[in-house]
Amino acid sequence: MSLLSLREQLRSGAVTPEALLDDLAAKISAGDGQIGAYLSHDLAAAKAEAATVDLSLPLGGIPIAIKDNMNVLGQPCTCGSKFLSENYVSPYDATVIKKLRAAGAIPFGRLNMDEFAMGSSTENSALQVTRNPRDLERVPGGSSGGSAASVAAGSAFAALGSDTGGSIRQPASHCGVVGLKPSYGRVSRYGLVAFASSLDQIGPITNTVEDAAIVLQAIAGYDPLDSTSLDLPVPDYLATLNDGVKGLKLGLPKEYFGEGIDPQVRARVMAAAEKLAAAGAELVEISLPHTEYAVATYYVIAPAEASSNLSRFDGVRYGHRAKDPADLDELYRRSREEGFGPEVKRRIILGTYVLSSGYHDAYYTTAQKVRTLIRRDFETAFQSVDAILSPVAPTAARKLGEFANDPLHEYLSDIFTLSANLAGICGISVPAGTITSDAGTELPVGLQILGPHFEEAKLLRIAKVAE
Amino acid sequence: MSNTHIDDRTLRNIANLARLELSEEETAVFRGQLEDILGYVDAISKLDVSGIEPTSYPAPVFDRMREDVPHESLDREAVLRNAPEQAQHQIRVPKVIAEA
Repeated sequence: MSLLSLREQLRSGAVTPEALLDDLAAKISAGDGQIGAYLSHDLAAAKAEAATVDLSLPLGGIPIAIKDNMNVLGQPCTCGSKFLSENYVSPYDATVIKKLRAAGAIPFGRLNMDEFAMGSSTENSALQVTRNPRDLERVPGGSSGGSAASVAAGSAFAALGSDTGGSIRQPASHCGVVGLKPSYGRVSRYGLVAFASSLDQIGPITNTVEDAAIVLQAIAGYDPLDSTSLDLPVPDYLATLNDGVKGLKLGLPKEYFGEGIDPQVRARVMAAAEKLAAAGAELVEISLPHTEYAVATYYVIAPAEASSNLSRFDGVRYGHRAKDPADLDELYRRSREEGFGPEVKRRIILGTYVLSSGYHDAYYTTAQKVRTLIRRDFETAFQSVDAILSPVAPTAARKLGEFANDPLHEYLSDIFTLSANLAGICGISVPAGTITSDAGTELPVGLQILGPHFEEAKLLRIAKVAE
Repeated sequence: MSNTHIDDRTLRNIANLARLELSEEETAVFRGQLEDILGYVDAISKLDVSGIEPTSYPAPVFDRMREDVPHESLDREAVLRNAPEQAQHQIRVPKVIAEA
């Protein structure tokens, strides 16, 4: 059900916020056992909030589910990690949660994720497995796998996810829903547990493009508590949503359609591009020449920032603490050894290595310079096109456990999404049909649309036509 | 794939810098995986980046400071409830200074 129709029903009295919460809780009880999207929910607290909510607000009375790396006052925030699952309760609201509440939404439910948002499948959660609602033998994608799976399964009307290298767009693509990564600086990161601070952005995962516009409207904007959020006016995203694509130039980067992409995925994405052309857009072949270096660049910068950000998990102020340490140093080492899972340790070590004396310039400084080249590729492209079309991922959702001991192979699956994070531009994943697996199941494929900084309104316009 | 060699000593040194205790099994598994990843990452060293400015943040946000005005802190009791151990309204940690 769309957010606008929910809003109408709530305002007309056809349904109450409490009844919506009861419905969701029943769906979680009945169906989420198989899918595993939710880590927890607090129905009583949500109902107490629902009792006083102003239904005239833009999201008045609508429950929104939250990825478990955003702080919601009084609720757990595990980040899919043993480190925080024992006893951490958020002492404050993240800015996006404050904004959702100000728009009348009710934050309801904590959604599973790869531990500290590190992964592309949600298999790296230390707490439970999340399965793809379209095929329970397959991953939902990651790291916002719980968010995408909950929306696809109908156990959430909309959800928030976070995207560091594609973690909103890729699971949205794999689950057949809409996922929007706003431009860096558009949405406050205050209260989001940081993975890689120069790459992370919070965004909506929804059933429709219109719903994505509504949720973005609620959470976007300057926040003095986040020094990287930008003080720019937030446009009315719904006002231009139906303006169409006539006269827009859309770029098809040749580097995104080459080897390694499943031919069926390529066919669905090209069909979506042709649909946009039929609606009046002009398709133009472009080049993003440094694309081949994006994964290498990302896997220097992101772990480097992660190794720094995760140094706060030391067993002192919150989270897991090792029993009976001999001294403070042992407290740090054993708490981190016991609290972190393998993917987090791998990235912390990789990040520490590339930042260490003797390697800093060769890896970290070089990667930051290559990041400049990748950013410039987009700047050049956007001088001749309004937006860029591409696949979200080279393949549809893979089977659970397929890359269990091959992290590099998994990292390479992010190749089409992470350049947008390195450049800070906005991107959206829109369902573009399905492909048939060997076993005969229909697996969703997403079309990725990338736009210049702060051009979310244009992105949503294009996505609405592609939808 | 990789010409990058990481020996166990280097890996233990890095783990120590990161304040991570690794088991023997983890050390063996991570060593091969890190060699693969770093071997792949070496691709960026082939690019000529002389004269290129590094990008730290992808948006033009620099040196913006908050107004220097008092505001509410987090609730002390709520913060302390998250501490693994506390005493006298403070977080308790193992002894930092060794005995002489």
